[in-house]
Amino acid sequence: MLLTITTTHQPATDLGYLLHKHPDRVQKFKLAFGKAHVFYPEATAERCTAALLMEINPVDLVRGRKRQDFALKQYVNDRPYVASSFLSVAIAQVLGTALNGRCKDRPLLVKTPIPLEVTLAAVPCQTGEKLLYDLFEPLGYRVKTARMTLDERFPEWGNSHIYQLTLAQTITLAELLTHLYVLIPVLDNEKHYYVGDHEVDKLLTKGEGWLKEHPLREVIIRRYLKYQRSLQRLAVERLTADDPPADNEVEAQDQEEAMLEWPLSLHQQRLAAVFQVLKDDGAQRVLDLGCGEGQLLQRLLKEPHFQKIVGVDVSTLSLERAAQRLHLDRLSERQRQRIQLIQGSLTYRDARLKGYDAAAVVEVIEHLEPERLAAFERALFEFARPNLIVLTTPNREYNAVWETLPAGTLRHRDHRFEWTRAEFEAWTADVGTRFGYEVTIKPVGPVEDQLGAPSQMAVFRLGEG
Amino acid sequence: MLIKIPEFSLVVLIGASGSGKSTFAARHFLPTEIISSDTCRGWVSDDPNSQEATQDAFDILHAIAAKRLKNKKLTVIDATNVQAESRKSLVRLARDYHAQLAAIVLDLPERVCVARNRERPDRSFGRAVVARQRSQLRRSLRSLKREGFRYTSILHTESEVGAVEIERTRLWNDKTDEHGPFDIIGDVHGCYDELAELLHKLGYVMEGNSAAHPQGRRAIFLGDLVDRGPGVVKVLNLVMNMVRDGRALCVPGNHDVKLVRALRGKKVRIAHGLDKSLEQLADESDETKKEVAEFLDRLISHYVLDDGRLIVAHAGMKEELAGRASGKVRSFALYGETTGETDEFGLPERINWAADYRGRAKVVYGHTPVARAQWLNSTINIDTGCVFGGALTALRYPEDELVAVAARETYADPIKPLRSESTLTSQQEHDDFLDIADVIGKRIVDTGLLPRITIRAENSAAALEVMSRFAVDPRWLVYLPPTMSPTKTSRLERYLEYPDQPFDYYRSRGVEQVICEEKHMGSRAVVIVCRYPEAAHTRFGVANKQQGIVYTRTGRRFFTDIDLEAQLIKRVGEAVEAAGLWEELKTEWLLLDCELMPWSAKAQGLLREQYAAVGAAGQNALSDAAAVLAQTAGRGLDVAHLQEQIELRRENLGRYIDAYGHYCWPVDGLEDMKLAPFHLLASEGAVHSDKDHRWHMETLGRICAAAGDLLLATPYKIVNVDDPISRQEAVTWWETMTTAGGEGMVVKPLDFIKKDHRGLLQPAIKCRGPEYLRIIYGPEYTAHINRLRKRALRPKRSLAIREFALGLEALARFVARQPLRRVHECVFGVLALESEPVDPRL
Repeated sequence: MLLTITTTHQPATDLGYLLHKHPDRVQKFKLAFGKAHVFYPEATAERCTAALLMEINPVDLVRGRKRQDFALKQYVNDRPYVASSFLSVAIAQVLGTALNGRCKDRPLLVKTPIPLEVTLAAVPCQTGEKLLYDLFEPLGYRVKTARMTLDERFPEWGNSHIYQLTLAQTITLAELLTHLYVLIPVLDNEKHYYVGDHEVDKLLTKGEGWLKEHPLREVIIRRYLKYQRSLQRLAVERLTADDPPADNEVEAQDQEEAMLEWPLSLHQQRLAAVFQVLKDDGAQRVLDLGCGEGQLLQRLLKEPHFQKIVGVDVSTLSLERAAQRLHLDRLSERQRQRIQLIQGSLTYRDARLKGYDAAAVVEVIEHLEPERLAAFERALFEFARPNLIVLTTPNREYNAVWETLPAGTLRHRDHRFEWTRAEFEAWTADVGTRFGYEVTIKPVGPVEDQLGAPSQMAVFRLGEG
Repeated sequence: MLIKIPEFSLVVLIGASGSGKSTFAARHFLPTEIISSDTCRGWVSDDPNSQEATQDAFDILHAIAAKRLKNKKLTVIDATNVQAESRKSLVRLARDYHAQLAAIVLDLPERVCVARNRERPDRSFGRAVVARQRSQLRRSLRSLKREGFRYTSILHTESEVGAVEIERTRLWNDKTDEHGPFDIIGDVHGCYDELAELLHKLGYVMEGNSAAHPQGRRAIFLGDLVDRGPGVVKVLNLVMNMVRDGRALCVPGNHDVKLVRALRGKKVRIAHGLDKSLEQLADESDETKKEVAEFLDRLISHYVLDDGRLIVAHAGMKEELAGRASGKVRSFALYGETTGETDEFGLPERINWAADYRGRAKVVYGHTPVARAQWLNSTINIDTGCVFGGALTALRYPEDELVAVAARETYADPIKPLRSESTLTSQQEHDDFLDIADVIGKRIVDTGLLPRITIRAENSAAALEVMSRFAVDPRWLVYLPPTMSPTKTSRLERYLEYPDQPFDYYRSRGVEQVICEEKHMGSRAVVIVCRYPEAAHTRFGVANKQQGIVYTRTGRRFFTDIDLEAQLIKRVGEAVEAAGLWEELKTEWLLLDCELMPWSAKAQGLLREQYAAVGAAGQNALSDAAAVLAQTAGRGLDVAHLQEQIELRRENLGRYIDAYGHYCWPVDGLEDMKLAPFHLLASEGAVHSDKDHRWHMETLGRICAAAGDLLLATPYKIVNVDDPISRQEAVTWWETMTTAGGEGMVVKPLDFIKKDHRGLLQPAIKCRGPEYLRIIYGPEYTAHINRLRKRALRPKRSLAIREFALGLEALARFVARQPLRRVHECVFGVLALESEPVDPRL
C-alpha cells in the first residue's frame, strides 16, 4: 500500500515540517498490523514528495485473533496492496501531528492552503469510478483515476474495481489528510475493526465543517458505520462462497430494484394494497410468508384487528432485522403475543403454518426456481391452506418502461423469473382450479396502456366445500 | 395371591393414607415406574406433605405419566386415589395413550393406617382423615369397573398384601418373539381358488382342509376372508384349520366383524357382498356357523411381530397406536380413519395415514383395493382387489417379495375403478413434498458407518436457507460430497504439504496400499446420468424429462445454461453406452463424483473479484512502490533493504498470478470443458463403496476412453506405503505434477472404506503443491511459511468423516428406495455440517 503526497509550494521541502518527518531520512514505524515507512523520493525547493509505504502481513491479519469471522477470512486478500481502513489508522498514528493540524516550526503554514497532490496506488471501489468523483469533487479536488485490467491473459474478465487515484487541490495538509482519513474506509467494503459507538464520535469530529454539506452525506455515514454481519450470516456465506452473489451483492441488488421502483413508491403501494385486502377480508390470524425485514408486519402490527401475525422467512438475517425493525424486545407483553417470527421455507410443508385465516406472499415466488413452484404450491395451497391468499409478483411487461433496465433483463439478479400478465393469469387460474380457490387479479401501481401495471396481485379465496 | 396385570398398563394404587401403598409399590415395581404424589409435592414445595402444593404436584404427576405412557412404559400411580373424581384424569390419560387400566386397592383396616401414620413424625393426619378416605374408598369399589378399570385387585389384610405376587402379562397383539418367515396374504373375500393357487405358488402343501409349508413358513391373513366371492365357506374352513394348526395367523377385517354380528342375529344392513356369505353359510350346520362366528370374533385386531419390525393389520396401523389395545386401536385396525366425507363414488374418504407414517416397523395391510401393491414410508397395502377381478397378493417376509395370482373372474363390480395411471410409485408421488419438521432443529442421524451424527440447530438453519434458495429439486439431490482434509503439515523447509505425511498416516493405521490420484483443479460436480430421459422420470420421480443433472458440492445446479447441461449429460450417457456399462451394472442411471474444469468456468466471479483483483492491485501497488523507492535511492538515501523486499514480493506475486492462470481458460461451449470423474458412486441397487479405488479408476477409465475429449481419465498410481522405492516414485510423480502447475494429488486407502480399532480412517487426504498453495495461503505465503505450519486439522478431519458417512448413507437409502425424507435428511446433514466454521484453507 502506497500513498504519496506532493507539493509545489515554495520552499517545497517545508512539507517535511508539516509532516513532522525529515526529508532526508528514511523512517520506519511499527503498527499493530504491520510496518509503515516514510521517505521522500523527491525533495527540492520546487517540488517535494513524501511517500508512506505500508507493509501489512496478511497472515497477521488472520492469525492470532479471537474474532471468528476474521479468522475465517481468506489469506488471499487485497489488504496488503490497497488503500483501506488500515491507511486511516496509519495516517492517525504516523502522521498524527499533521492530521491534527499542528506544527511548531511552521505555525502559519499549517493554516495556509498550499498546492497538494495525493496519489494512491490502489483504491478499491466496487461501485465504479463515479463514486470516486462524487466523493472528492464536491470537496474541491481535481480527480484523476486510472483503472487496471484484471489480468492481461484473460481480457474477457474486463477491468478490476481497483483504481489508481490522484487528487489535487490547494488546501491545507490537515484538511486533506482528514478527507482521506474518513473517505478511504468509505470506499472500502471491508473494515478491519469493530464498529462501535466511538466510531460515530470519530466521524463527527473528523467530518466537522465539511461532512454536513457533502451531497453524499448519507452514503458516507452509512458506509463508514458499516454494520457487522452476524455469525449466522457468515455460516450461510461459507455455503455460498463458491458461487456468488454474496449477500452484500444481493443487498445491493435489493437497493437497485428499490431504486428502479422508487419513483413509484411501488413497494409502499404494494404493501398498502395487500394490507387493505387482508383488512377488508376480516382475517384475524395472518401469515406473512417471505416477510423479509418486516415492512408488512409493521403495518399489520399497528392494526389491532389482526390478532395473530406470523412472519416467516428462510433467511435468519432478515428475521433478525425484522425483529429490530419491529422492536420485538421492547413490545408490551400483549403486543408481543400478537406477533411471532419463525424461520421457514416455502418449499417444505410446515405444520406450524396451518390454521391461519390468511397468508400474504409479497414478491416472493419470483425468487423460487420454476421447478420448485410445484412444492411451493402444495405447501401453501394444499397444506397450510388458509382461506385467503394475497400474492404479488412483478409484471415483466412493465420492465420496458424503465429505460435504465436493459431489455430482457429482470429487475433483480435473484429473480429466477418474471411473468407477463398472461403468464401470471394462467398460473393463478391453474392453481385455483387444482386447489379449489377462486382467483381475482388486480394491478398494483400506475397502469400503462399495452404494458399494464408494474406489479400484479392475485387474491385467492378458498371455495365452498 | 397372584395379581396379573398387562405389561403395558397404567396401575392405579388406591388406599387411604398409611395403607402402605409406597411400600407395596417399591416391592413390586421399578423405582422409575412409580410416580408418587408425595414425591411430586416435595419437588414443587420441599414438603412431601404440603396440601397447598397438591395442584402443582398433580400437574407434574400427570405430565410424567403422559410421557411414560406415550413411550409405552408401565406406570404406577402412588397416590390415595380414593375419589372417583381424582381417578378420572388418570382414566382419561390411559385412554389417550391406549393403555390398560389396572387398580390395586389396599383396603386395610383403619387402625393399621392410623398406627402407621402415627409412627411417621412428618404426618399429622388424624384418625378422621383416614376414616374419611376409607369411606370414600369403600364407595369407590362398586364403580371401578364402570370407570374403565379392567383389572382390579382388592387386598384387605396385611398378610394378603405380604403374599402378593405380580405377573405381567403380554398383550394379545404382542408377538414380537415370533420372527417368521411369513407369507402375508391380502383380502381374500371368498376367492378360494385363487387362495389355493397362491398358497401353492408360495410353496404350501395342502393337507386335507389345511395347508403347511415344508420349511415351516407361516401365513398371515389380513382379514376380509368373507363376502362378495364364491368360496367363503371353503376359505373360512382352510384359514381356521391353518390357524388352529399353528400354520397361520389371522387378523379380522371389517367384513368379518360384520358377518359375526349377522350370524349372531344382530340387525345389520345386508350390503357389500354380505348376502353372498350368508347365502353360502345358509346350508351349513348351526354348529359350523357358531364356530365361524367364534373364530372371527376372537381374532386380535393387529399383531406386532419380529421384535417390533413388522406390524400387520387389516386397514393399517399408526405408529402411536401399534402394540396398544383399546376400542380406538381396534377400530383403526378394522376401518382405518376417514374424514367423515364421501368421495365421488359415495365411498368414505380415507385419511392417508401411511403418508404421515414415520415408524421404523413395516406395516402390511389391505382393506382398500389398489391396482398395485407398493411401499410408501415402510407401509404396503397388498389388497389388489382379487374379488374385483384384480389379483390376490402375498408379501413374503422378510424377503419383501411380492407374489400374486390373477383373479379367475370378476366376482363383484368395484365401486371405484381399480387402475393406476401414474408412471411413478406411490412413494415417489408422495415424495415431491418434504416436511420441514424432518430437517430443522437439532437432529441426530444414524448412518451405516457412524452412529448418531449430530446436526446442530444453527447449522440446520443455515442449510435450510441454502437448500431452499439455491438447491436443485431434492429428488435429484441424493448425494453431497464430503469435505476433504489436507495432510499433516510437513516440516520440510519449502513445503507445507508433502506426500510423506499421508503415506505415514495410512501406514500408521495399518493400510499397506494407497492410491494416489491427480487432484484436478476445477469445480466439484456431481453428475447423475440416465440411460433415457424416461429413466430419470421413473427412478428419480422428477416431473420434467431431463436425462440427468449436474450439481455442485452445495447442491446447486452447476449450469445456468440448461442446454449445455443437457449436451454434457448426453455425451456422458453415450460414453457409458459405448463402454457397455448399462448392461454390465444392470442399471439405467449412474451417479458420478467428478471435477469439472476449467475452474474459471464456474468460479468466474470469485476469480475476478478475489484472485485476479488481488493480483492486479498487488502488481500496481508494488510496481509504484518500486518506482518511488528507486527515485529515493537516486537521492542517495539508503533504501536497499526495502527495495530487496519489494522485489521479492513482486516475484512472489508474479508466481501467484501464474498459479491461478493454470486453471483458467476461456469457455465458449462444451468443447472447452473437461469432466474428470473419480468415483462411480452408485447405480441401480448398488452403492459402489464396496469396490476398491482401482475398480473405480478402471471402470471410469473405460467411460473416459469412450467419450473423446470431454471426459478426462484421472492419472493415478498405486503405492505400497511400506516400500521406500514405491513411495519415492510417487513423490517424484507428485513433484513433476506440481512443478508443471498441477494442484497436487489425493491419497486414499485402496479400499473405499477403511476402518481400524480406532474407527473410520480418512477416506481421502489431499496433498497440494507449493505453488498451488499461493492461491490458498496468499501470494506471498512462502515468506511466512513457518508461521503457517501450525494448523488445526482435527475439526476438519472429524467433519470429513462425518460427511463421508452421511453422503454414503444418503446413497444407501436412495438405492434401497427408502422415502425421500430419509435420503434428504442425510444430504441436508452434509450441507449443515459444511456450514461449521472450519479453517477455509484446509
